[in-house]
Amino acid sequence: MRHYQAIIIGGGSAGLSAAVTLKDRGIEDILVLEKDREPGGILEQCIHNGFGLQRFKEQLSGPAYAERYIKMAEERNVKIKLNSMVIKLTPDRKVEYVNSEEGDVTVSADAVILAVGCYERSRGAINIYGTRPSGVYTAGQAQKYLNMNGYVVGRKVFILGSGDIGLIMARRMTLEGATVVGVAELMPYSNGLPRNMKQCLEDFNIPLYLSHTVTNIFGKDRLEGIELSEVDDKRNPIKGSEKYFDVDTLLLSVGLIPENHLADEAGIEMDPVTRGPKVDENYMTSIDGIFACGNGLHVHDLVDFVSLQAERAAEGAARYLSDGKSEAGVITLRNGSNVSYTVPKYIHKDAKINTEVFFRASRPMDKASLTVSCGDRLIRKLARRKVMPSEMDRVMITAKDLKDLDGDIVISMEENA
Amino acid sequence: MTKADIVIIGGGITGTMIARALSKYDLRTVLVEKENDIADGATMANSAIVHVGYDPEDGTLKGLLNVRGARLYDTILDEMNCRYLTTGAFIAACGEEEEKHLDVLTDRADRRGIPYRILSGDEARKEEPNLSEDVTKVIDFHTTKVIYPWEVALKAAKVAVNNGVQILLGHEVTDIEKMNGKYAVHAGDEIIEASCVINAAGIMADRIASFVEEPWFTMRPRRGEYFVLDKDVHLVQHIIFPVPSEEKGKGVLAVPTVYGNTLIGPNSDYIDDREDNGTSYYGLDYVRKNMAKTLRNVPFNRSIRTFAGIRPASTSSDFIIEESKTSEGFINVASIESPGLASSPAIAEYVIGNFVSKHFDLKEKEGYDMTLPKDIVLSDMTEEERNVLIRERPEYGRIVCRCEQISEGEILDALKGPLGATTVKGVKKRCRPGMGRCQGGFCEPLVMEILSRELDKDPLDIELDGKGSYILERSNR
Repeated sequence: MRHYQAIIIGGGSAGLSAAVTLKDRGIEDILVLEKDREPGGILEQCIHNGFGLQRFKEQLSGPAYAERYIKMAEERNVKIKLNSMVIKLTPDRKVEYVNSEEGDVTVSADAVILAVGCYERSRGAINIYGTRPSGVYTAGQAQKYLNMNGYVVGRKVFILGSGDIGLIMARRMTLEGATVVGVAELMPYSNGLPRNMKQCLEDFNIPLYLSHTVTNIFGKDRLEGIELSEVDDKRNPIKGSEKYFDVDTLLLSVGLIPENHLADEAGIEMDPVTRGPKVDENYMTSIDGIFACGNGLHVHDLVDFVSLQAERAAEGAARYLSDGKSEAGVITLRNGSNVSYTVPKYIHKDAKINTEVFFRASRPMDKASLTVSCGDRLIRKLARRKVMPSEMDRVMITAKDLKDLDGDIVISMEENA
Repeated sequence: MTKADIVIIGGGITGTMIARALSKYDLRTVLVEKENDIADGATMANSAIVHVGYDPEDGTLKGLLNVRGARLYDTILDEMNCRYLTTGAFIAACGEEEEKHLDVLTDRADRRGIPYRILSGDEARKEEPNLSEDVTKVIDFHTTKVIYPWEVALKAAKVAVNNGVQILLGHEVTDIEKMNGKYAVHAGDEIIEASCVINAAGIMADRIASFVEEPWFTMRPRRGEYFVLDKDVHLVQHIIFPVPSEEKGKGVLAVPTVYGNTLIGPNSDYIDDREDNGTSYYGLDYVRKNMAKTLRNVPFNRSIRTFAGIRPASTSSDFIIEESKTSEGFINVASIESPGLASSPAIAEYVIGNFVSKHFDLKEKEGYDMTLPKDIVLSDMTEEERNVLIRERPEYGRIVCRCEQISEGEILDALKGPLGATTVKGVKKRCRPGMGRCQGGFCEPLVMEILSRELDKDPLDIELDGKGSYILERSNR
């Protein structure tokens, strides 16, 4: 069995970034396994602008952003096996993959980095009632048909969910000559980035129905129409509020879920909120030597942060390869009020690095104070403005902060009047 | 005009099982199906169970044919290399009243030679930890099987075709004329002349019968809705039934499927439109609430899809399997609702033995073959087997569906032969890309590409499922 220093599963934005960082940290013997025919992952179908503002201080399209990392990987001679689907990961870091040249191959590594990405929540996962005609797509699927294959999926479009891909597709389909009659969002606030709300809906006069959902689908063969209902504060449809829309296309942009079956089967401890693995400050999962990053860890708002976190995961893996794992106890990061999750979930008491914690608010707030505390001890208190669940937030916990801590760290947000 | 001995109308499990059984005889048999694929009706959407036959009452065709059918399945599933699981079936009683009804079932089972085990509530919970605390006693009909009904129908149809039966898909019967003691069946653009017609038209059986006489029965479509839960939800090992009742039938079940998912359903609602297989808030809510009677911790938030099927029920409580009294050689095989799937091999035997044999001298033809080779399924193989296969045929090394790990080779297999897939759903039914948790989000465009290439069709002409269910609207290049 061929043994590597590190294997990275996934050659998208997270996997490429992790590979580049590993090489820069002197980890030479690495392998990237990518299922698709080219590296770059989902970025390849995201031809709109807006990537890279944080990372490169300029506006790039998805493929252009990917191209930068592909080039960096090439310059460092990163070995990428394409068309290679990983079918199994074991706790002792054996990775089984299949491709048509080599067949079914098992390789092993001292460190494995999961950079597997996410998938879109589908119609079945949200139980929209009605018939099952063609014309109902996830937003990403319609995006792939349009941007990769060159086909428009329909003429009159409704979009359920105000996730970013849905908003981007509202604009994209309009520019392609389709009529987007509306976007509905179950929550009383948008789930997309503010800039996408403006540039994709407002600029095209596409109505947004907040606190609404699709309650029925009509049509035997191709979609003929949908029924939209308002929902109450428990998100249940309100009887009598039904509106009918005559459309041939329904796009679903109702959430992304980390692709977790490899981690799950390996027995890695998962976070029920993010649906990705729980990791420590080194991005190591509950299994020694297996790390996670990217949208397979938790769904990010910007690819720039995917790259950034993947670098940290690679740095964590590099430290693990040179120093082994910390035997010190861990401090758990708990979600306080108005915080839905944090990544990482654990920090070792002897951590030598400062840990930037990524988290999301669970509801929009105009003004809020962010607190990091441990028991009675207030570690940090910061002010926040215009807090949105769709935007990731970050707070630093330094190595110094950990000194003499006794108990869990709680991250909370309180709304200020 | 095509000349035949027998025309079978309907390509569901009933029609295909009859076609399979007839195919060993020296007869010219034609099966016509209105949809563009085999078994798109009730066979496609049901609980997937081979009931062993404790439920139907004595003296009914259901009772007779269910017990016999379940036994015939043992051979047929092996002959055709179909997938199945012998899961057993827990009938879970809550309290004394329901326990009394279990005696009725075991009594019937004793008389019919059906084996079972009796478990206390606690014993049953040891085997099924998610069983409700309210369950006090369980009968396990441990020889009960779960199959993939659609696969069985397709394979029965394939055996029939291999032995010379002609199958015409996309041929809807619009009229049946009687002439000189024969029938002219108008099906799509064909007229088929035959002396015997077998009406296995499922939910349309009364309409088909009305072409030759005023039928005494009327179909009363009853819809059942289901949830399909993700594979990594290991909810149950056995099928879990509540105690059956007059008004609710078999009730809401949990079924571990042959592919590792869990099926939860069905409700039972009479509907007006016999083609309305849409799901509803009320139907699925009923399922959600009633499942809680026998099972706890059902993670409905791990549903990957919902669907509805329509039971081909009628004004008759029993199966209707009889030759028309006014039209000789016209055989109705109607009202084949549950346990129709389990009974289907016995229904075929019964139809041939009681009716077909009266009209024809049944001679077995030479060289007929009731067997089918095993499908190549990558995810069933060992690492070594996969290596041997991929070295020889690299297309099995290209994984198209990441959730279910389906290769391009398996998709190419699904397109082959006279009953090969022609639509995205046709591929999905045959080899499962898109059946996983992403529901085709990633692989549908790839399946589309393969269909377009292999069938030499413009992607704009590829359909999802039925006629007119196009996926792409226009090219933007």
